[in-house]
Amino acid sequence: MDAGSLKIALDTLWVLVAGFLVFFMNLGFAMVESGLCRVKNTVNILAKNFIVFGVSSLAFYVIGFGLMFGNGNPFWGLEGLFALTGADNSPATGDAYKGAYTALSWTGVPLAAKFFFQLVFCGTAATIVSGAVAERIKFKAFIFFTVLIAMVIYPIGGHWIWGGGWLAELGMFDFAGSTVVHSVGGWSALAGILLLGPRIGKYKPDGSPRPIYGHNLSIATLGVFVLWFGWFGFNPGSTMALNPDAIAHIAVTTNAAAAAASISATITAWFLLGKPDLSMILNGCLAGLVAITAPCAFVSIPASIIIGLIAGILVVVSVLFFDRKRIDDPVGALSVHLVNGVFGTLAVGLFADKEIAAKIGTDADALSNGLFSGGGFQQLGVQLLGVASVGAFVFLVALLSWYLLKKTVGIRVSREEELMGLDIGEHGMEAYSGFQVFTNM
Amino acid sequence: MKLIIAYIQPYKLNDVKQELYKREIFKMSVTNALGCGQQKGYHESYRGVDEEVNLLKKVRLEIAVNDGYVKPTIEGIIAGARTGEIGDGKIFILPLEECIRIRTGETGSTAIG
Repeated sequence: MDAGSLKIALDTLWVLVAGFLVFFMNLGFAMVESGLCRVKNTVNILAKNFIVFGVSSLAFYVIGFGLMFGNGNPFWGLEGLFALTGADNSPATGDAYKGAYTALSWTGVPLAAKFFFQLVFCGTAATIVSGAVAERIKFKAFIFFTVLIAMVIYPIGGHWIWGGGWLAELGMFDFAGSTVVHSVGGWSALAGILLLGPRIGKYKPDGSPRPIYGHNLSIATLGVFVLWFGWFGFNPGSTMALNPDAIAHIAVTTNAAAAAASISATITAWFLLGKPDLSMILNGCLAGLVAITAPCAFVSIPASIIIGLIAGILVVVSVLFFDRKRIDDPVGALSVHLVNGVFGTLAVGLFADKEIAAKIGTDADALSNGLFSGGGFQQLGVQLLGVASVGAFVFLVALLSWYLLKKTVGIRVSREEELMGLDIGEHGMEAYSGFQVFTNM
Repeated sequence: MKLIIAYIQPYKLNDVKQELYKREIFKMSVTNALGCGQQKGYHESYRGVDEEVNLLKKVRLEIAVNDGYVKPTIEGIIAGARTGEIGDGKIFILPLEECIRIRTGETGSTAIG
C-alpha cells in the first residue's frame, strides 16, 4: 500500500470509528432523558429515542444530505439532492474533486464515510428535541416532526455553515456543531415547548414551579458518561482526518471543558440551591461539552477550561430561568443545547487563537483571532450573525411545523393519558412491569 | 372518630389531594395497591401478545378523622376521583377505637387533629 492510500485508509477508519462513537450517543440521550423523567413515561421516551435515529437515517439519506452538502445557492444544496446520487470522485480532495458535494471536498475519505459521519450528527440534532417535549407529546406528532427536522430544518441550517452557504462565505466557524447541531435542536425544542405548554402539575396555582423528580438518576448518570464518551468522536472526529496534533488537542479541550463545567455547575448549584444537585452536575457536564463543540479546534487548553467554567454556570442559571418563565423542559435540553450552543458559537469569537489553530492544522484564512486573543470584534460579529440568523430561521420554521402538526394530528396527549402515563396510553406497556411503582406521580 | 379507607384510580390521586386540601383535610396515608372490583381487569400487550391483567393498580388512601370531618372527606374524595367510568373506586368507613400521637402521648380527638 502506498502512502496515499494508507492515508485514505487511516482517515476513513478514524472517521468511521468517530461516527460509531457519535452513534453511541443515541444511547446516552435515551438514558439521560428516561432517567430524568417519571417512571410512567419511560417506555415512551425510550421508543422516541429509538425511532428518531431510524427516521433520521432514512430522511437524511433520501434528501437531507443533498440539501446540506450538495452544490447549490448560499441557502440550500441543489446538486445530487436525492439519495447520494450526485456525481462524486471521493476520496479526491481540493481542486482534484469533481462532484456534487464540493463542500466536503476538504476531507479525503469515501463519500459513504462522509455521509455516515454527517448522518449521526443529524440524528443527534433530532434527538435533542425528544427530551424537551417529553411526558406530554403524542408519539405520532414527534415522528412527523423528526422527519421535518432531518429532511429540511437541520440540512438547510447546516448548509449555511458547513455546506458552503452564505455564513461559511462570511467566515463563520462552528467546528463540530454548537450551532449546526445543538442550537438547531434547541430552537426546535423551544418552539415545541411553547406550543405544547407545561406538564400537568408542573406549576402551582400561583404560578410558581414545582419540581417533578426524575425516576432513575443511576440511568441518567450512565447516560451522561455515555454522552461524554461519545463526544470524543463528535469533536475530535470532526477533523475527518487522522491528524494527530488536531485530534489529540481537541480531545483534551473537549475533556477540559466538560470537567470544568461539571465543577462550576456543582458549585453554582450548591450556592444557589443549597445542595449539589446531581441533575445539575450532569447537565453541567453536557453544557461544557456543547459549549466547547464549536471552538474545540481553535482555542487553547486554558481557554477551554474558561469556556467550560462559564458553561457550567450558564446551565444552572438558565434551568432556573426557564422554570420560572413557565417553559417546562423536563430534562434541561434548552439550557444545555440551546443556551450553551449559542454560547459555544460565540466563544469562537471570544477565544479563537490562530497560533494554536495553525500549530494543530485547523487554521483557515477566514478565521480571525477572538476578542481575548487580540483580534477585536471581527470574528465575534460574524459568529453573532450566524447565531441570530440560524436561530431565527430554525425557530420560525419549527414553530410553523409544530403549529401545523397541532392543527392536524394534534401534538399533546389527553389529560387522562398524561396523568396515567404515556407508556400505557401510547404503547400499551410498562417499563418496569412487576415492580411496585407510584404511577400516580 | 372514623377511619376512612378509599381505593381510587392512581392517576386521580392529585385531584383527590387537591379536593381534600380545599376542605382543609391535610393528613393522609397513601399506599400502592393492587385489586379489582367489577372491572375485572384490563389488557396489556407485550411483544404484540395481548395479556389479560386481573389485578389493577389502585391507590389506597387512609384518613383518620373526627366525626365532623367525615362528610367533607367523603365529598372531597368523590369530587376528585369520580369520572363516571367503571373503576373509579370505593370508600369504606370504619369506627376508630383509639388514636395516639407517639411524640406527645396525646390520645383521641386531639391526637387526630
